Amino acid sequence: MIRFLLGRFAYLVPTFIGITIVAFGFVRLLPGDPVLLMAGERGISPERHAQLTEQLGYDRPIWVQYFEFVGNLFQGDFGNSLSTKKPVLDEFLTLFPATIELGLIAILIATLVGIPLGVFAAIKRGSVFDQVSMGAALVGYSMPIFWWGLLLIIFFSGILGWTPVSGRIDLLYFFPNGTGFMLWDSLASGQSGAFTSAVRHLILPSIVLATIPMAVIARQSRSAMLEVLSEDYVRTARAKGMSPFRVVGIHALRNALIPVITTIGLQIGVLMAGAILTETIFSWPGIGKWMIDSISRRDYPSVQGGLLLMAGVVMIVNLIVDLLYGVINPRIRHK
Amino acid sequence: MALLEIRNLTVSFETSTGLFHAVKGIDLSVQEREVLAVVGESGSGKSVAMLASMGLLPKTAKITADVMTFNGRDLLTMPDTERRKIIGRDISMIFQEPIASLNPCFTVGYQIEEVLRSHLGLNRADCRKRAVELFGAVGIPDPEKRLDSYPHQMSGGQCQRVMIAIAIACKPKLLIADEPTTALDVTIQKQILDLLMSLQEETGMGMIMITHDMGVVAETADRVAVMYKGRKMEEADVVTLFDNPSHSYTKALLSALPELATGDRLPTVSDFVDTASLQTEGAR
Repeated sequence: MIRFLLGRFAYLVPTFIGITIVAFGFVRLLPGDPVLLMAGERGISPERHAQLTEQLGYDRPIWVQYFEFVGNLFQGDFGNSLSTKKPVLDEFLTLFPATIELGLIAILIATLVGIPLGVFAAIKRGSVFDQVSMGAALVGYSMPIFWWGLLLIIFFSGILGWTPVSGRIDLLYFFPNGTGFMLWDSLASGQSGAFTSAVRHLILPSIVLATIPMAVIARQSRSAMLEVLSEDYVRTARAKGMSPFRVVGIHALRNALIPVITTIGLQIGVLMAGAILTETIFSWPGIGKWMIDSISRRDYPSVQGGLLLMAGVVMIVNLIVDLLYGVINPRIRHK
Repeated sequence: MALLEIRNLTVSFETSTGLFHAVKGIDLSVQEREVLAVVGESGSGKSVAMLASMGLLPKTAKITADVMTFNGRDLLTMPDTERRKIIGRDISMIFQEPIASLNPCFTVGYQIEEVLRSHLGLNRADCRKRAVELFGAVGIPDPEKRLDSYPHQMSGGQCQRVMIAIAIACKPKLLIADEPTTALDVTIQKQILDLLMSLQEETGMGMIMITHDMGVVAETADRVAVMYKGRKMEEADVVTLFDNPSHSYTKALLSALPELATGDRLPTVSDFVDTASLQTEGAR
């Protein structure tokens, strides 16, 4: 197990180096000049432009800039935002709980709905339930997030008026930003209705964000379960006189979960990408919206720092998933 | 009263090309303390017939029989919940691929204790104690420690011993062994057969040995049923069958031994009998 853990950690090093190169290179490939965008509509004289470019260090060779960027990273310095002048890490950490909250609820919905859906579809293979649920999963997977989000807003917020259109909580409520997790902070504030308001604000964005991962998890669960149900050890479990619940829920599911866990890990990356669109649609004040704003302002430090931090989060989640994979599958653990 | 009594058992499966009859009206019975060998080539329906009696075939299988009883209890009309109380406790089964037959995600200890807990209602400590005894009885060295092993940490022979320990955990009246030695190498085959026979003698359980190995039949069986393409061709006691087989297919099966090979080619059943003529034959 220790060797397995060390192996997983060792993988993080080249991945991290790769991410720094991509994050740094990506923003510099974008067309547009950050100094011109900083100046805004007023324009800027060539002398001032040259002065600012030098001041920000953008006149130096690209590899010098890269090594300075990586060197600063090792000191925990992600640079300062060009537009707000605040440290990128501080901005990220302020907004990150909103994204985490949304992402966690979304992956929870995707997993708790996707796995049972796939398992039942496998058990009832060829039935109406199987065909309808897997058809729905395919539709869910194929739908563009922004379109799906707008449809839900029109129906649930516009027509039915059940859920709010944007934000994290009604403006009626005010309490200090404790943990940054609105569900927790609203509950801890003790204000009546605050928690319900936070939940109501979370419903639509989390459903929108959960849709694609849910569809993928459901389809993967179905195919993994179908494969496992025909295995000899499932027949053995039945030959031991075990109940259908134990046969499917314990013997088959534990094995079927192995590829599903991997899929869930991969979906975390998809979720982060989805968060950018979802947060923009629902004006959710999280990392996704901040990234979009930073890209449009060519805020190099914010974009490269944000990308790096988001990639770091995905890496850590995938590391946890890998470890979980070892817990579920003893063959991996004992390698 | 026979332990397991099957009369006119038919098993068929719906396929894209129509109904496929895997078992076509066979009769079988096994008494207490008796070893019945069911022999036949691959696809002769011997495993399917036994899986049907255990209720382990998929729901797509169509099973009909005039009689199918275990210890006088009708298996045909028995609800699934009742049947699950019998299988694993009074009738148990071991399979061909021991490693694949054990769940790779659970320790072998968990897999045997599960049976003890659900059928005998033993508590955790008693389950553990009984599991150690059972592992000892089937010849697994250092049983206490081996209970915490996963199937992939054991050899094929040891896994089959675990399967046998699981099968005899509740002291069954009938053990169905579906080609228990096919996937094992020759020296281990002998050990497993010896173990099965000594357990059968000790406990007095009835046993159905499904095999295509006539050597195994000669060594273990009291009575033999020969099957071909879903039909039972002949049934006789083991001495009569080997000394004086009455059916041409049985004679062919006994002749198709590797030892009788001439040149590079191994003899097959069709070298000795016109298999086309066997399609409609069969003895109840």
